[in-house]
Amino acid sequence: MTTDESTVDTNGVHTIERQSLRTRLLTANTFWIGLVLLGLVIVFSVLAPDAFPTVFTAQTLLIETAVLLVLAVGMTFVIITGGIDLSVGSVLIFAGMVSAKTMEAMSPNGNALNAGWDVILVGLVVAIAGGTAWGFLNGFLIAVAKIPPLIVTLGTLGAALGAASLINNGSDIRTVPTELRNTLGYGTSFGGIPNLVLVAVVITAVAAWLLHTTRFGRHTYAVGSNAEAARRSGIGVTRHLTLVYLLTGLLAGVAGFMSLAYYGSTTISAHATDNLNAIAAVVMGGTSLFGGIGSVLGTVIGVFIPAVLKKGFNIVGVQDFWQMIAVGAVLIAAVWFDQQRRRARNRL
Amino acid sequence: MSEPILRLTGVNKSFGPVHVLHDVDFAVWPGEVTALVGDNGAGKSTLVKSVAGIHTADSGLIEFRGKPVTVHSPRDAADLGIEVVYQDLALADNLDIVQNMFLGRERGTPWLLDEASMEQAARETLASLSVRTVKSVRTPVSALSGGQRQTVAIAKAVLWDSNVVLLDEPTAALGVAQTRQVLDLVRRLAEQGIGVVLISHNMADVFEVADRIAVLYLGRMVAEVPTDEVTHSQVVELITAGRSGDLGLARPESAAI
Repeated sequence: MTTDESTVDTNGVHTIERQSLRTRLLTANTFWIGLVLLGLVIVFSVLAPDAFPTVFTAQTLLIETAVLLVLAVGMTFVIITGGIDLSVGSVLIFAGMVSAKTMEAMSPNGNALNAGWDVILVGLVVAIAGGTAWGFLNGFLIAVAKIPPLIVTLGTLGAALGAASLINNGSDIRTVPTELRNTLGYGTSFGGIPNLVLVAVVITAVAAWLLHTTRFGRHTYAVGSNAEAARRSGIGVTRHLTLVYLLTGLLAGVAGFMSLAYYGSTTISAHATDNLNAIAAVVMGGTSLFGGIGSVLGTVIGVFIPAVLKKGFNIVGVQDFWQMIAVGAVLIAAVWFDQQRRRARNRL
Repeated sequence: MSEPILRLTGVNKSFGPVHVLHDVDFAVWPGEVTALVGDNGAGKSTLVKSVAGIHTADSGLIEFRGKPVTVHSPRDAADLGIEVVYQDLALADNLDIVQNMFLGRERGTPWLLDEASMEQAARETLASLSVRTVKSVRTPVSALSGGQRQTVAIAKAVLWDSNVVLLDEPTAALGVAQTRQVLDLVRRLAEQGIGVVLISHNMADVFEVADRIAVLYLGRMVAEVPTDEVTHSQVVELITAGRSGDLGLARPESAAI
């Protein structure tokens, strides 16, 4: 008797069963990196019991990560298809810039500080449209013209930043409507939850639903896992890839508007490393750069690990630069650990 | 004997100056395994791809259940219930068995997939094929053995109420035990009334599962015979020389007379 046949005796048809919740949890990429995040929070809470585990710290931590979270959620889709988007930071700036410029142009004397909701709403639409346009350009060049994503988005990284700078001759626009800053930027709802964070949470929840329960999400995994198999199964791979990059551009547009509301400026020079931070967060969260594997929850955890490290080091009085070293170490360790586990599992 | 479910008559196919298929006649009967054999370059893959809608035949007639049909795309083939299991399988490694079996044809609304129904159907299909080596239908394909992958690829083809399943060298990369499982599976497909076409280089496999053998030689169909009317060595002669005794191409001297 061969080993294959001996399993027949013990595992009949009726034992083709669901995996238990426990096995799913333990094999999930997100579970272990989630423990790391939890561990960090506990360590800093013990080291600084008066300063770290407070409502104020939680609020600022959440606000500071909200914009990056939206970028990283979009990046998750792109990386699951096996691609990369280096342009998100520049697209964010571009979207903020066209939005601010439009709101200025609609206001008397080119001063949008006292603009009302009608102008702000137009600004939002313009920001989303601006981001989506770059996303579509990325998607078209990658999916239709078949140029590698790294090259395309390296190109649009420079191009979007250049275009944003041209709009206002390279200087920032600082006349962001006060109404927008007071509501989306600094306002809170439900007894202290920052509005900016609420927006990010809603976007993240919608994205998680899109990725994990819809046909669009399933096809995203399929395209990243084996594009040829997806094509033979009747999936429109070209269309799907274009849509994924378009979605990422759209979210970068939304992030640009959120950044505008929070900083009250177009912050041209402040987003140079947003793309790499977003990629690092996605990869730390267990999404494979080779495509086909990943989750939105993992990305959320991946976004918070650097943020918690930074906040924690600030509070316990360690120099900020250590945070960069620590994040780098966590990133490499997370990927290494993940590879080891995956190899072990595939040997079974 | 019932009617063939799929019949090709006088099919020609050229790629530029290369005439790959010459007036090929080929028939697939429901509930039978037809082995399609031939040397490398004999035109087996081209014939399969013409049926699958990947190539379109230059001339000739394709009849499905007695009615002439045109197959211009893989979609057309799928609509007729013709499924192809390719040599390189075309499965998405990171997706699990259920997700692969329903890839591109997911159940539920686009915005909320019906996972429970798909999982149930996948389990029932595997059970109907008496597949017992897969522990969980939620196992990612990357964690499966070669034989199990082949099983999933075949089960995927069966899931769609297929009428004809074409298998391109399903046992080529498999070990002894796994080959055994796949051949059993091929037999069970036929028992369900499906017309099965098995492309293979392995004569032992062919003689074990096939009801009839079709031999391609340099793009011509030289013989289409019931398995029990030929011997192993006759089929090898047909493959390598195009004729064997009374079977196959006419002898050059008799053709000259």
